[in-house]
Amino acid sequence: MLAFNFFGATEGGLFDINATLPLMAIQVVALTYILNSLFFKPVGNVVEKREKFVSNNIVEAKNKLSEVKKLEADLLTQLQSARTEAQRIVSEAEDESDKLYKEALELANNEANASKEKARLEIESQTSAARDQLSKQADDLGELIVNRLILEK
Amino acid sequence: MFFNSLLTNFAALEVGQHLYWQIGNIRLHGQVFLTSWILLGALLVFITLGTKKMENDPKGLQNLLEFLWDYIRDLARTQIGEKVYRDWMPFIGTLFLFVFVSNWGGALIPWRLIKLPSGELGAPTADINTTIALALLVSLSYFYAGLSNKGWRYFEYYVHPTPIMLPFKILEDFTKPLSLSFRLFGNILADELVVGVLVFLVPLILPIPVMFLGLFTSAIQALIFATLAAYYIGEAVEEHH
Repeated sequence: MLAFNFFGATEGGLFDINATLPLMAIQVVALTYILNSLFFKPVGNVVEKREKFVSNNIVEAKNKLSEVKKLEADLLTQLQSARTEAQRIVSEAEDESDKLYKEALELANNEANASKEKARLEIESQTSAARDQLSKQADDLGELIVNRLILEK
Repeated sequence: MFFNSLLTNFAALEVGQHLYWQIGNIRLHGQVFLTSWILLGALLVFITLGTKKMENDPKGLQNLLEFLWDYIRDLARTQIGEKVYRDWMPFIGTLFLFVFVSNWGGALIPWRLIKLPSGELGAPTADINTTIALALLVSLSYFYAGLSNKGWRYFEYYVHPTPIMLPFKILEDFTKPLSLSFRLFGNILADELVVGVLVFLVPLILPIPVMFLGLFTSAIQALIFATLAAYYIGEAVEEHH
């Protein structure tokens, strides 16, 4: 065996190298295998399973979040379009009612104008008729006066 | 001679004394194995309890073990790279746990209360055999990692920016295990010695801050060892373009 004694003693000393060395090496190698099967493998399995689980969940959650965002945006555009649609319908209805009002007003105006005109024409015709009659009566009266005067003479 | 008598004569410290086990022709440092078995047994019990009932919502010990697992994964991933860190994570993790448990166990448990016929119990990493064993395993690992991932192209690493680097890179193959083993050994032994000397001289209060410092050093050393091991493996599997 390797054995060199720095401190001069035939046995012992700090640097007494003997079969302890290879046996310790074998012991450590054995310990590596034992720890691998008792500690590193089982704990590694559990930890890595959990890490996979967590990362899967994170990916899933991210997917869901993006889906939610997409749906939200979708909903927002729908809401926007519904609003503009409602606005359009309201303004259309306003226009229509305005138009109807104007139409009705015009119709009423026309009617009123027509009846006014008719009345004016009637008044005119009656006036002229009355004037004709009056002038005829005046003529008659004049003739009568003339005749009487002539007769008295 | 002088150092030997100086060190061994720190009466209560017993530096460089070992509890020898003789098996046939080979001799072992018994105290290293005793403490490592106790500490690794405790670690295995802890891990078995923590992984007994694994749930998707971690509770109690499982939480702690998952934190540990995550910590080791991050360490391996940043040093070795996304592609092959999985293959090396158990090895890096074992190095970290072994060094950490050994260092802290050596510092926290009052081993001195247990009397041995020779030597004393302490951190297994305060024995040069343990740290050299770990460092050589790291060396073998990065060679294996480089060769299994890149085949013979692994040796391009030695002449990577320019062939001038060749002698330095070869030298590195020797300095890597040397620095790894001696850094860990030196730090832990020094910590034990400092605490031992202080306890020996002033048995009250004074050693406590040093003990805390020792715990800090122990944790840092475990991290350094595991990080460097991972870095060397990462360096070996890295693709040059």
